[in-house]
Amino acid sequence: MSTANRETPRPAAGRAGIKKELPAHFKDYRHVWVFIELERGQVHPVSFELLGEGRKLADKLQVQLAGVVLGPPGEAIGNAVAEAFAYGADLVYIVEAPLLADYRNEPFTKAMTDLVDAHKPEILLLGATTLGRDLAGSVATTLQTGLTADCTELDVDTDGSLAATRPTFGGSLLCTIYTLNFRPQMATVRPRVMPMPQRADKPVGRVIRHKLSVAEDEIVTKILGFLPDSQSAKANLAYADVVVAGGLGLGAAENLQLVKNLARAIGAEHGCSRPLVQKGWMPADRQIGQTGKTIRPKLYIAAGISGAVQHRVGVEGADLIVAINTDPNAPIFDFAHLGIVTDAIRFLPALTEAFTRRLSPHSRDKLAS
Amino acid sequence: MHIVICIKQVPDSAQIRVHPVTNTIMRQGVPTIINPYDLFALEEALRLRDTHDGEVTVLTMGPPMAEDALRKALGYGADRAVLLTDRYFAGSDTLATSFALSQAIAKVGETFGTPDLVFTGKQTIDGDTAQVGPGIAKRLGLLQLTYVAKIASIDLAAREIKVERRSEGGTQMLKSRLPCLITMLEGTNEIRRGSIQDALCAARSQVLKWSAADAGIEDLTKCGLRGSPTVVKRVFAPPARAEKAAKIDTAEMALRDVADELITAIFTRQPALEHELAFNGGA
Repeated sequence: MSTANRETPRPAAGRAGIKKELPAHFKDYRHVWVFIELERGQVHPVSFELLGEGRKLADKLQVQLAGVVLGPPGEAIGNAVAEAFAYGADLVYIVEAPLLADYRNEPFTKAMTDLVDAHKPEILLLGATTLGRDLAGSVATTLQTGLTADCTELDVDTDGSLAATRPTFGGSLLCTIYTLNFRPQMATVRPRVMPMPQRADKPVGRVIRHKLSVAEDEIVTKILGFLPDSQSAKANLAYADVVVAGGLGLGAAENLQLVKNLARAIGAEHGCSRPLVQKGWMPADRQIGQTGKTIRPKLYIAAGISGAVQHRVGVEGADLIVAINTDPNAPIFDFAHLGIVTDAIRFLPALTEAFTRRLSPHSRDKLAS
Repeated sequence: MHIVICIKQVPDSAQIRVHPVTNTIMRQGVPTIINPYDLFALEEALRLRDTHDGEVTVLTMGPPMAEDALRKALGYGADRAVLLTDRYFAGSDTLATSFALSQAIAKVGETFGTPDLVFTGKQTIDGDTAQVGPGIAKRLGLLQLTYVAKIASIDLAAREIKVERRSEGGTQMLKSRLPCLITMLEGTNEIRRGSIQDALCAARSQVLKWSAADAGIEDLTKCGLRGSPTVVKRVFAPPARAEKAAKIDTAEMALRDVADELITAIFTRQPALEHELAFNGGA
């Protein structure tokens, strides 16, 4: 390869001081891998979001983008492979075995670490789901390499290293993390943090199959059953088109009703900022922000939320952010598009009423005529 | 049974402030707490001890002041506390942390009996990585059960454990073997109020302070900054959007008019929304 700068060691700023040269045995680690999370027949959408990011990294590095599919024989694995190509993979690695039917740490870790040892990727990306986090921690420890969790931005530095940016200090600031002298460079990303890339029908390309080197009787943990979540328990916050959320500015738990009323009037999902979950005002699955749900709605209305970095990274993908806050200097006005400096407790009922008036069939007829 | 639970002392994130000019964390005066996620693991460990008889050892790695967190854990009823503290641990990332903690757990096992269970919280509120638990499990060769919502049963004689584990879209019922490492899901229990007896015990009992050498760690290159494959290159505040929020003036207006103006502004910027909202909501 002619890009000499990949081999040139550059000084790294910060506490690690000078960057050492990558040890010789890591020099043949190349290409970008994305773990395609297949569970109970479905590919988790975060895998496609990661393929979009992986594509950008691979293009910058002038290497290939590979999907990694682990699962049981059957139709689902074929679909997962086809989708991986449709979302931008150049090739796909498959480990197909009946005992990969349901996620368990032992066989999945074994399958993934064997693949990495055999084919040596320089970057490995996984979704920060319960499955992805369980797997990533084990794989990184087995491979003794660096793993950066919950990244909000991925890029390639001028020297070819992965620059993984994530919130730090409880989400008050952002930091950029490198894995300088170890490979692969691993990172996880939460669902919805990255945009969904365009899907394009493509023929299935190069597929490399691997055998699983572990048998069922070697695996200690057994699955006794699976209980799917009830439909009502699944708050569809992450994928909602319109979201209304409340924060500490609401003052009291009962004022969350004002948020719910507005949400109902405009057919939105409702959520809250982290302190409200910590206070027990709302269940954890309604939390919006770095450690809760990341949302990318068309409209996001934040009522009484100050806009700490950990909240910001969870909502920045929204097309239009409306902030209501009494403090004109609240950080939320730095990234909202529309701002109202007023008390959300008083303003929410007025807004709900105004929306109802505007959206009622009667007024629409008037508008049309 | 012997249970080891790893906790972390963290700054109370609700009270962290960033200096507006220098963009550095203002640590002064920020109180520290036991990582809230760890309390669910601690309570579960205490309950198992109460049911099955045995001991709970609390372990943390941190600066000398982390002793406070251990004393609190003793106050809740833990039997023993170990503080792993040494300048060699400074700057540890998750891989170096799991190395040091796994070595200390092995030492705890040698000294006080092999643990049947190791607990951690789901994640910490300052790092939010959820990586140290799986890291410890892998290093100690323990089976790993993460996001456990419920421990359904433990059969000490058969060395068998059954748990309910949160997974994508549902709950897995799993059977595994002791010893294993469990990361406990939040909201699964509520930490007890320690008894007066426990409070007195906590005040009197000694927190064991172990250096790297005390924990039997020989390879110091695996500790702290040197043992950390990840390097933090830059810490920064996210830049503000080029244009700040367009503020709608509320000074002289009735809230009703402000609301109307806001809705008009929303639909001007996102015209397609008007139809969608009417379809979703109003109907």
